[in-house]
Amino acid sequence: MRTAFIQALIEEARRHPRVFLVVGDLGFSVVEPFAKEFPSRFLNAGVAEQNMTAVAAGLAAEGWHPFTYSIANFPTLRCLEQIRNDVCYHRLPVTVVAVGAGLAYGNMGYSHHGVQDLAVMRALPNLTVLSPADPGETTEAVAHLTSRPGPSYLRLGKAGEKTLHATRGLAAGPLRVRDGSGPVALVATGSILAVALAAAERRGQETGSPTPVFSCPWIKPVTADFFAPLWAYRRLVTLEEHVPEGGLGEMLAGLAPAGVEVRRLALSHEAVSKVGTQEYLRQASGLTVESALREVARE
Amino acid sequence: MAEPTSNPVLDLPPATSSEALARNGRARAAWMVSRSNSSHIGGAYSMADLLAVLYHDILKVRPSDPAWAERDRFILSKGHATAVLYAILAERGFFPVSELADYGANGSRLMAHVSHGVPGVEFSTGSLGHGLGFACGRALSARRTDQAWRVFTMLSDGELDEGSNWEAILFAPQHRLDNLVAIIDYNQIQSLGDVSEVLELAPLADKFRAFRWSVREVDGHDHRAIREALSAVPWEPGRPSCLVARTVKGKGVGFLENQLLWHYRAPNAAQLGQILGELGCEDRSGGGDRVPSPGAPAVK
Repeated sequence: MRTAFIQALIEEARRHPRVFLVVGDLGFSVVEPFAKEFPSRFLNAGVAEQNMTAVAAGLAAEGWHPFTYSIANFPTLRCLEQIRNDVCYHRLPVTVVAVGAGLAYGNMGYSHHGVQDLAVMRALPNLTVLSPADPGETTEAVAHLTSRPGPSYLRLGKAGEKTLHATRGLAAGPLRVRDGSGPVALVATGSILAVALAAAERRGQETGSPTPVFSCPWIKPVTADFFAPLWAYRRLVTLEEHVPEGGLGEMLAGLAPAGVEVRRLALSHEAVSKVGTQEYLRQASGLTVESALREVARE
Repeated sequence: MAEPTSNPVLDLPPATSSEALARNGRARAAWMVSRSNSSHIGGAYSMADLLAVLYHDILKVRPSDPAWAERDRFILSKGHATAVLYAILAERGFFPVSELADYGANGSRLMAHVSHGVPGVEFSTGSLGHGLGFACGRALSARRTDQAWRVFTMLSDGELDEGSNWEAILFAPQHRLDNLVAIIDYNQIQSLGDVSEVLELAPLADKFRAFRWSVREVDGHDHRAIREALSAVPWEPGRPSCLVARTVKGKGVGFLENQLLWHYRAPNAAQLGQILGELGCEDRSGGGDRVPSPGAPAVK
């Protein structure tokens, strides 16, 4: 996803002369093509995320659209007050980009798990929050953000995520990425969409009744109407690599009309103390195809 | 400029010198803080002379066009001390002096921590340690686009406890931001005690020098010295400038000076009269408040 991001950003930077990339001394083998093509619009701010974000706000106040880029919690929690006060309060066009959201940096340990970011970013004013699931959604998200500069947060996976679908239109509502029938739908945000699709596939094989799947890259701003396509189902099973508090499932549970049940699959809010790959930690957290199937089939 | 008013503090003779601008600013700040029952008059007074010289002699600004593209940018990082900045901005014509009566009142844009909703204010602060990094971003933009305008920012000494400042202090010389000027209001008293007792900053000038800034020290109440220093920036090509201004908290009024208490306390009516008297702005209204008070009484 980070490769799709930088390629999309380069494309957009060719079209939008105010796009600027500010990195927190991270992005080795990722950001170099941008720096090479746009040296006057690239800055390595060093290992100093508070200043990185404040500098980006200052650049934005002069008409630039900076993208701050770092790993997991570093560009978000480490400099949260700069995002809140300097960027959001002033409505400045800074896009905060976190690569390695969720458990993507699983074996790096808890410091590198970005699992509270949606809750925190959703609580900030004036902020658009996007959480793409695959390279295609990432490309569309970057195009959307550069054409409408404003305070925004882009939550990315890491590298090697496969293309999961070709549905576009992330600003219009949840993306229906797999057709199906029945009263239950699977709904995911971020790269865990792959697990939702695998569950739907297996459900279809086992029952002959395919389960529809929605991707929700658009997290904020939203209203209940934005999710209207979801309210046609009796039950929604949500998946997210995020703690239950403040994430997709809780948001949908709060917006769903009476008669729509939201069953939430998310990470434990307890800190993970074991090392493991993203796949291992998903399994350990119960964020699996089997769990999704169980919730889909629940009577 | 000022609209006609019966209030003597709002109706002060227009300032024709930086000294008079500082005096009027102090008088109005005291009146605003008193009637809104707010705080931070001590830190407002310690930087009043620095602000007055900036807005009288140094900053290229157009009060009738606050967003003029070629203006110098001034960022108040110690946003809690904004009362005197509002007073000076109003006197310079960014908004009517009469609006100062709304300071801290319900529904007013004159927040008690500096607000970008006020004409002439570039950036809202209040949480400490935000101004310098933001100033670096603006200065970097000017540097990358060959703009001639400068960025000035005012920090408190206590504020330098915040680590975010030191990130910015590392950053500015790295990017040769000689269009950036940081002014330290070094009054030696912070929120709960003397700087030397809380987190000693000395040797402050040497710290900035070690971080590759060009540094000068000045008496922060000597208008001529401040003017000479700030008229000559950058002092060294390629280096950001840091003016360490030795100041006195509460400067200008005897009973306010060097007293931690006046970080917090609002002057009551009698104290306000005494302040205005010492400043030579006699309160002819019997409390400095002929305009209906918007909020709480001025006695804390």
